[in-house]
Amino acid sequence: MPERIDFWGIPFTWGSPAIYVYFLMALGSIILLVRFFQRARLWWRVGRPEVRWDRIHIRLWRLIKYAIVQVKVLRQKYPGIMHIGLAWGFFTFFLGTALATIDSHFLKILQGNAYLVYKFVLDTFTLLFLIGAGMAAYRRFIQRPRRLTLEPGFTWSLALITLIVLGGWFTESLRLAVEKPAWELWSPLGWLLAQAWIATGASAAPLMNWHLGIWIFHLLLVTLTLATLPVGTLLHILTGPLNVFFSKLDRPTGQLAPIPQTAKGEPIYASTLRDLTWKQLLDGDACTECGRCQDACPAFAAGKPLSPKQVILGVRAALRQDGRVLLNKDTKAPFLAGEKISDDVLWSCTTCGACVCECPVLIEHVDAIVDLRRYLVIEGRMDTELQGTLENLGRYGNSFGQSERMRARWTQPIQPPIKDARREPVEYLWFVGDYASYSPTLTDITVKTAEVFRKAGLDFGILYDAERNAGNDVRRVGEEGLFEMLMEKNSMALSKCTYQAIVTTDPHTYNTLKNEYPANGDERRPVLHYAELLDQLIITGKLKFSKKLGYKVTYHDPCYLGRYNGVYDAPRRVIEATGCELVEMPRHNDGSFCCGAGGGRIWMAEGEIQERPSESRIREAVKLGKVPIFVVACPKDVTMFRDAVKTTGNEQLVEVKDLIELVHAAL
Amino acid sequence: MNIVILVKLVPDLVEELTIDISGVALDTAWLRLIINEFDDHAIEQGILLKERGGGAVMVVAPDIEGIDDVLFTAAAKGADRLIKIKGNFAGVNNHALARAFTAVVKDLQPDLVLTGVQANNDLDGSVGPLLAGCLEMPYVGYISGVSLSEGKSKVRKEYPGGLIAEMDVTLPAVLGIQAAEQPPRYVAVSKVRQMMKTSTIEERTVTDLDMAGGPTIGRMFQAEAGQRATMLTGSPDEVATKLVGIFKELGVL
Amino acid sequence: MNQDIYVVIEHLRGQVAEISFVMLAGARELAKGLGGNVVAVLLGHKAQGLAGNPSAGSGQCLAADKVLSLDHPALADFTSDAYQKVLTDLIRKDQPRAVLFGSTSIGTDLASTLSIKLGLPMVSSCCSFSADGKFVSQICGGKIMAEGDLPGPTALVTMVPGGYKAEQGQSTQSPAVTQVEVPALESLRVTLASYIEPESGDVDIAKEPILVSVGRGIQNQDNIVLAEELAQALGGAVSGSRPVIDQGWLATSRLVGKSGKHVKPKIYLALGISGAPEHAEAITDSDTIIAINTDPTAPIFNIAKYGAEIDLFDLVEVLTAQVKAAKGS
Repeated sequence: MPERIDFWGIPFTWGSPAIYVYFLMALGSIILLVRFFQRARLWWRVGRPEVRWDRIHIRLWRLIKYAIVQVKVLRQKYPGIMHIGLAWGFFTFFLGTALATIDSHFLKILQGNAYLVYKFVLDTFTLLFLIGAGMAAYRRFIQRPRRLTLEPGFTWSLALITLIVLGGWFTESLRLAVEKPAWELWSPLGWLLAQAWIATGASAAPLMNWHLGIWIFHLLLVTLTLATLPVGTLLHILTGPLNVFFSKLDRPTGQLAPIPQTAKGEPIYASTLRDLTWKQLLDGDACTECGRCQDACPAFAAGKPLSPKQVILGVRAALRQDGRVLLNKDTKAPFLAGEKISDDVLWSCTTCGACVCECPVLIEHVDAIVDLRRYLVIEGRMDTELQGTLENLGRYGNSFGQSERMRARWTQPIQPPIKDARREPVEYLWFVGDYASYSPTLTDITVKTAEVFRKAGLDFGILYDAERNAGNDVRRVGEEGLFEMLMEKNSMALSKCTYQAIVTTDPHTYNTLKNEYPANGDERRPVLHYAELLDQLIITGKLKFSKKLGYKVTYHDPCYLGRYNGVYDAPRRVIEATGCELVEMPRHNDGSFCCGAGGGRIWMAEGEIQERPSESRIREAVKLGKVPIFVVACPKDVTMFRDAVKTTGNEQLVEVKDLIELVHAAL
Repeated sequence: MNIVILVKLVPDLVEELTIDISGVALDTAWLRLIINEFDDHAIEQGILLKERGGGAVMVVAPDIEGIDDVLFTAAAKGADRLIKIKGNFAGVNNHALARAFTAVVKDLQPDLVLTGVQANNDLDGSVGPLLAGCLEMPYVGYISGVSLSEGKSKVRKEYPGGLIAEMDVTLPAVLGIQAAEQPPRYVAVSKVRQMMKTSTIEERTVTDLDMAGGPTIGRMFQAEAGQRATMLTGSPDEVATKLVGIFKELGVL
Repeated sequence: MNQDIYVVIEHLRGQVAEISFVMLAGARELAKGLGGNVVAVLLGHKAQGLAGNPSAGSGQCLAADKVLSLDHPALADFTSDAYQKVLTDLIRKDQPRAVLFGSTSIGTDLASTLSIKLGLPMVSSCCSFSADGKFVSQICGGKIMAEGDLPGPTALVTMVPGGYKAEQGQSTQSPAVTQVEVPALESLRVTLASYIEPESGDVDIAKEPILVSVGRGIQNQDNIVLAEELAQALGGAVSGSRPVIDQGWLATSRLVGKSGKHVKPKIYLALGISGAPEHAEAITDSDTIIAINTDPTAPIFNIAKYGAEIDLFDLVEVLTAQVKAAKGS
């Protein structure tokens, strides 16, 4: 009967091998735990407290989805398959060893068919693992993608785990070569290698010597791996899942946390490691240095100094360097911003969220950057343009530095006048936004929007002069106080109005009104982006088109509509309804590539730049070939991409249109 | 080192300015008053001097709507004392304002008085030199740099063409600031709000506002458009072509 | 008490400032109505020659009926304390109908303080007078004008340029110079230490025939290169208004304005410049001013010959390309 034999081929001359095994495993584990604890305690002793252990069931589910199944790693095919091979291989071997241990001491389960399945599974995963390892070696030595950290530490880890697995394979094959059991084909990979040993013509004795030697080597390697895991690149095996478990649950992605306060009610600004939460410090240690965030980052692609990977590794390096010393509460912690992470790096971020979306271990880069920016703002460390814009926002409530009275000037030619939501009840309160109101090149799109709403028979009104910048990007720049002031003014204006829902033209406005503004009264009224509203109107038949436009178009998912709020399909249905054919760009849906205006970047000096994100995006669209229309759903996108079309010289090939313009044309 | 800074509010030129029914003053209905940008520079210069050499910075301003926010912002930048002068300042000229400042400023025993070199609504001189006259202190204006030592100061005075004169001025003195040595710093709204909770604005009262010395306005009116330019219209391409035509006419191309 | 109009002549390092001639022209207008003389007041040290030969080479004389020269070593260079003491004395003795000062770094150091010291009324920012003794001043960035009767008994007035041309205050006849006794000038509280020359820079914008000038509308330093390319294509240079220089986007040598250079190029192309008085006064002598600004109410359109209400960012590169094409390069 097929069964697992404890310590096959290992002599009992010097006592039961179990003693050595358990001794070394215990030793390795203790060293691992001690070292891990030394690292981990820095998180909660240096960092601020934060509750991240509520709703365990959701957290466990995330653990399965992201740490076991690893759906995020699988977003890219080659490294996805590669890592699944390595990781699932290891999960399986771990399980296998656990089962073997149970089989050894508690319950003989590995016998009969169970044993055969056990062997087959292990062998299959050995093959998957070795394929993964081969892919990894190829990637690290031949492909050498830029986003990876190509340092010896990683090679060392890869070598360690590969040797361990090879050890397992070799010992199995040597046993099979000697024993030649009837069920040997249930270990196909082992059987294959066994044939090679057999072919050497060696007798049992030398084969068993080899077996013993490799077995010992395997044991020592595992011990070594355990002992060095917390200080090597394999630490992510522990910190990754931990980071996933403790990931952000209490708020949607589009909502930033308010500024934390001390017990006395004083604000805490992220100037040193001590001001970050333990979870943010864990973020640093969980980073696998995969660099997917960096590859997705529009600032990095433009040649700005920001790399989300380096920001997180900066936190990690700071903790490694200063963590021990900071255990003493009296030691003054060095500054993060300006010293470990430069101001320029922090200001380059557009807060597009691509990094967060890509990260396989759910690191929260944007939150950390905004926290550090809040400190820079308090210190007044920003470029003069941003300063001027913030002062305008504070004084006039818009980023253009124009009087509030000019906000509704675009409505003058419209007859009959648009309803004033401050004076009469409306069904839809249209929160227009700064760019759609004040930018001279965009107001005709705003007028068309009003015409479309009228044609659809919508009962809508605007706030006229009472509207202020909603504050989304003010918050992302780190000026929390100004954000609160704008929010208070807008909320006050809204509370005096009677409406059923808010509709807005700008995804940034949409994000903050939906996710960050307090509920108005008892009920939270829905906030819609106009694409969602148009979609609803089309579906319910209230908006009809008289013609099919028949253009070939491509659609750019705005960061704050798509990635942050999951609205991908509504605009696409609207495009389809106008009779246009949609051709997707490679980077679409949550992989959409930011235009570069967000996070306050449109208010700052551009600085040194190699290729603007908007230009890269336009080139991507042009590459689609014969797709003459580039559709956007955000006024800032219109500005950024129209400029990019000019600066890349593509005026003949592609034209930028707002979704509303298509709808307007098809009416 | 006592540094006193005088601040006043002026009409915001972003808004459209109209004349009121009296015909001799600005209509206040839509008038927004903001800090005189040169006084903002004076505050910055005062704070810089304090950061460099110590001392106390005291900001004095007339009680006009919106002044509290200005004073608290100055406090957030580092001003030590905030003083508001209560009185009926509607339609009051600079001579009266300077006299109102005089008693208050004398009490503060300043070594240095800083204020903006001019304000956009000055019709009877500027507050700085008027106050210097009342206090019998020396005055130098168009200052873009100050350094202090015991009993005197070295200042940089701007002349046209970028020429600078370095002058020695004995203290106490009044300086009219053209530009601080660095642009006025940014103060986060939350810091100002915090100042509102923790700082206090001292008040002084002035009853008699003597406007003697200012002119009597017979009529105030919006500047006429005058000879307006010939406007070129069309798309950027078309305008560019017209301009090239003009350049050719002028013999430049 | 007389009906004379006194003009405090401003001069710096041997050169009479243009504002002095503008003031003389204004004084003439006032004097006509009042029946008094235009008296140029010249404080300095051995500077009498300025009356007849204001700047070597220009050959223009002060268009005054007479010149009062107050000579003292302490007056060689302008300092507020010394000049104030001398003028206090003079005005108290002579009691003219009005004393005109420039609304400048020199004039504004004097007028207000004298108003308090002497108890005399003053008017500032005056751009013109009328023969019936009225003044017209401009305030609020040139958007608002105020008119009134010239106050008495002696009005102290600071003047801004714009109402008169410098030529109107110049004459070919050298006026008579009278020496006036100067009071003792001791324990002066303001003394000159040194002059600091402006950075010479690579370019003297006052000599360039074509200036492509940028204002706040250029938005940031990176965009200045667009103006540079246009300037190069046209064979001119880039200059800027105060906000641009204050931000450090252009060197101080490129500043056009009250505190910078006065320029008279053949073509002054103003991109994104609003045309506030401090800037306008420095460019009004240009042959042709062309203004590009998205704000139709910008004052620059009142002094420009041609204008376009168009975004400079839409125009500049297109224009550069067309200019290059026209030049055949």
